[in-house]
Amino acid sequence: MTTIFDASTACSDTAAKPARDVLKQRGQHEVFCGLTSIMWLHRKMQDAFFLIVGSRTCAHLMQSAAGVMIFAEPRFATAIIDERDLAGMADMNDELDKVVTRLLARRPEIKLLVLVGSCPSEVIKLDLPRAASRLNGEHSPACRVMAYSGSGIETTFTQGEDNFLAALVPDMPAEAADAPASLVVVGALGDVVEDQMMRVFDGLGIGPVRFLPSRSSTTLPPVGPNTRFILAQPWVGACAQALERRGAQRISAPFPLGEEGATAWYRAIADSFGVPEAKFDAITAPGRERARRAVARYRPVLEGKSVFLFPDSQLEPSLARFLSREMGTSIVEVGTPYLNRDVVGAELALLPDTVRVSEGQDVERQIDRVHSDNPDLIICGMGLGNPFEAEGRSTKWSIEFVFTPLQGYEQAGDLAELIARPLMRRELLKVGS
Amino acid sequence: MELTVWTYEGPPHVGAIRVANSMRDVHFVLHAPQGDTYADLLFTMIERNKKRPPVTYTTFQARDLSGDTAEIFKTAARDAVARFKPQALLVGASCTAELIQDDPGGLAKTLGLNVPVVPLEMPSYQKKENWGAAETFYRLVRAFAGGAGKPETAPEQASCNILGPSSLGFRNRDDIVEVVRLVESLGIRINTVAPLGASPADLAQIPQAHFNIVLYPEIADTAARWLKRQFGQEMVTTVPIGVGATRDFVAEVAKVAGVSVPSELFETGAERLSWYSASIDSNYLTGKRVFVFGDATHAIAAARIASEELGFKVCGLGTYSREFARDVREAAAKYGVEPLISDNHLDVEDAIIAAQPELVLGTQMERHAAKRLRLPCAVISSPVHVQDFPARYSPQMGFEGANVIFDSWVHPLMMGLEEHLLQMFRGDFEFHDDAGSSHLSHGGPAGAHQPDPQAEQPAAPAPDTAASTAANDDQPAWTSDAERELRKIPFFVRGKARRNTESYAAQNGLNPITIETLYDAKAHFGR
Repeated sequence: MTTIFDASTACSDTAAKPARDVLKQRGQHEVFCGLTSIMWLHRKMQDAFFLIVGSRTCAHLMQSAAGVMIFAEPRFATAIIDERDLAGMADMNDELDKVVTRLLARRPEIKLLVLVGSCPSEVIKLDLPRAASRLNGEHSPACRVMAYSGSGIETTFTQGEDNFLAALVPDMPAEAADAPASLVVVGALGDVVEDQMMRVFDGLGIGPVRFLPSRSSTTLPPVGPNTRFILAQPWVGACAQALERRGAQRISAPFPLGEEGATAWYRAIADSFGVPEAKFDAITAPGRERARRAVARYRPVLEGKSVFLFPDSQLEPSLARFLSREMGTSIVEVGTPYLNRDVVGAELALLPDTVRVSEGQDVERQIDRVHSDNPDLIICGMGLGNPFEAEGRSTKWSIEFVFTPLQGYEQAGDLAELIARPLMRRELLKVGS
Repeated sequence: MELTVWTYEGPPHVGAIRVANSMRDVHFVLHAPQGDTYADLLFTMIERNKKRPPVTYTTFQARDLSGDTAEIFKTAARDAVARFKPQALLVGASCTAELIQDDPGGLAKTLGLNVPVVPLEMPSYQKKENWGAAETFYRLVRAFAGGAGKPETAPEQASCNILGPSSLGFRNRDDIVEVVRLVESLGIRINTVAPLGASPADLAQIPQAHFNIVLYPEIADTAARWLKRQFGQEMVTTVPIGVGATRDFVAEVAKVAGVSVPSELFETGAERLSWYSASIDSNYLTGKRVFVFGDATHAIAAARIASEELGFKVCGLGTYSREFARDVREAAAKYGVEPLISDNHLDVEDAIIAAQPELVLGTQMERHAAKRLRLPCAVISSPVHVQDFPARYSPQMGFEGANVIFDSWVHPLMMGLEEHLLQMFRGDFEFHDDAGSSHLSHGGPAGAHQPDPQAEQPAAPAPDTAASTAANDDQPAWTSDAERELRKIPFFVRGKARRNTESYAAQNGLNPITIETLYDAKAHFGR
């Protein structure tokens, strides 16, 4: 298969450094599709229901991927397209209307119904945005209806959230022209992380601060030319562009993973809002100190170890930066499903030149590289973990970085522990592969 | 278009992957978009396989659709053969690739690969996982056993194939061990076990055996029928789950093989279900209402064990395997219950609520429903969960399988004495409704010292489910005295008492329901 060394600027904002080569190979991608982000989106926005319009495969993915059957009736489901729909024996829009009517009758508490496009619905060109606007006419204001695509032919894993948030942007209320500067933090975070961030922002005197996605579909943050926004997750690039189209100003920073990342992130915001240096130091000092202390406990486990990151959520460059700069590990390869240079350029700039950066995937050849690099720890998806462990290698499930609150000072130690745990476990066990 | 939350079966290509992963030296090139690789984790996570399944996913993306997805398939197939050097290459399409109609079979043919190619047609919008597995197994058997012709001289010793056990099959790993031991104890040679553990070369040996044991018809029936037509191989179709079925199985195998059953086979003392069930401790099992749901094979077997070997009352029987609905209907008629043929788990949950069982035997889906309804439950069938691959040896088939079943169905129930104590001392602060039984981890909420006086039936369905709508309109009202008396009945039978009393009152035109009505109904219905 084709290999391209992309010599275009991977870190354009550090003009002093030479451009970084990015390894691009085409082959099997061992990643989830964008539908999978519904797993956390439906927990985050608690009055929304996500209806995938797709196939039995989509439904099977949803129940297999994250074992979320703890929820009796989760706020997601699949409208499975069948042969009658494809053969034209049934009008697909009528069928969809029927499914939606039945669903909303059963779940009257739902305030936002989200039609989620899948590979089959995209391939047969089922116009879900149009269906959503038709259904919206029927069911709003009791329940608003919108659409986005989480299909695997267009999105990997976390890009599903990006598409969802980007589709929400047009519905965000307009902020008054004379409104004071406000901040929107973009990308789903754990509630506890949001609360901690709010305390820091309060201390810095920054406000109003709002989060996207909001916890309810009816409290979307207002947006306008006085809105500044910062990304809390690296996968929300399309949403960032949509916000810019509505006049909002982007604040660029590394992502708030680890003490260094969190400080750089808060500092970019503080600078944008003109917070004096002394005040910034006073407010962040306790958190920085705690984060350094918490991280230090795990540094001996990870220091000097080599780490190989498979593409999964797009968090990989940020994780690699944290591991490299705060934990003293050496990064062999950082793979990412999609490299948005606007978003993660600052992270890549902080990585040593020796780090191999790969975008996209040919999983077989990537596994070959693991065998030849022989790293101490492999960060990879669930399909690959046990086979590597069976070879006697240590692995960390990457999906946990998305499902665990890891951002900010108070979680820096959790992040370090999560990565160190497989190595500590291997030390503990007197049995194993 | 069908609204689905959870599914009992995946798409047909997942069935094909299960067969590929069961076998050795087979590789499957699946034309599929990014994301379909989630299927790998079924094997590496749920089954804890040490290797990825032998599948190459072509991973086409939106931008490829206007270009050449066929070329992507060809490259992937060529690379997979070069890398994995399989004895056989399966090629097929997942649901999305089916829509773009690239014809993987035709494309593979043009490549001139130095390996036999078995093309699969997996109609994703009509069929499901078990069908896909059965079809894949049949295609492979046809491809590799088909050219052999009927073997001329059969070997002296009777021999058989065991067909059906597969990767992600419910307890198949251990069932094979039991069944092989049982069959070999009859002096019969095992020729091939397939698909689990077999290579394409092994499939070519299938016609050499005298007969086939169809261990799991959901996967092996199509292939076994073809083998019968083609090579005259008899089919043993009794599935040895439960003591009675195992005895029947032994008898059927012996008859087909023309051997006699050694008398010591049933006297080794290894089978304990019969004695445990006869022992006085098991008296309390008598007439317990059980609801059974699963694939056809396990559901039918479970109903028989429940009824004939444990003395339960089968109050519901159903399956999601539409291909075998007829067999389940016949079994349901035997137990006098309406068969439930459905792949909608919400319908199944409603049926459980309506049947008021004391034990649910189902899939992981019913386990969740039972947990919400606070009913004891044992899992008897796929779809599988990581817990269905226990570290210990725990077959379902053969005599040891019957022992395992006795334990796993009886342990979730309240023990006889515990049940009595609950009846006698209901107000006890540490032994009350919400405490549940002491050995059930998912009993009641911890630390709930006062039973909620309003929670008269913890199993009450959520207000939005269908079953509760029946409650109010045409049902008689309860006096507060009668309502209080009803609450003195332990929670695990209270629902039944309420239902019986209400139907008794309705039949006799009694309104409101008084304490008298409650005890009249008790006398009328018995326990």
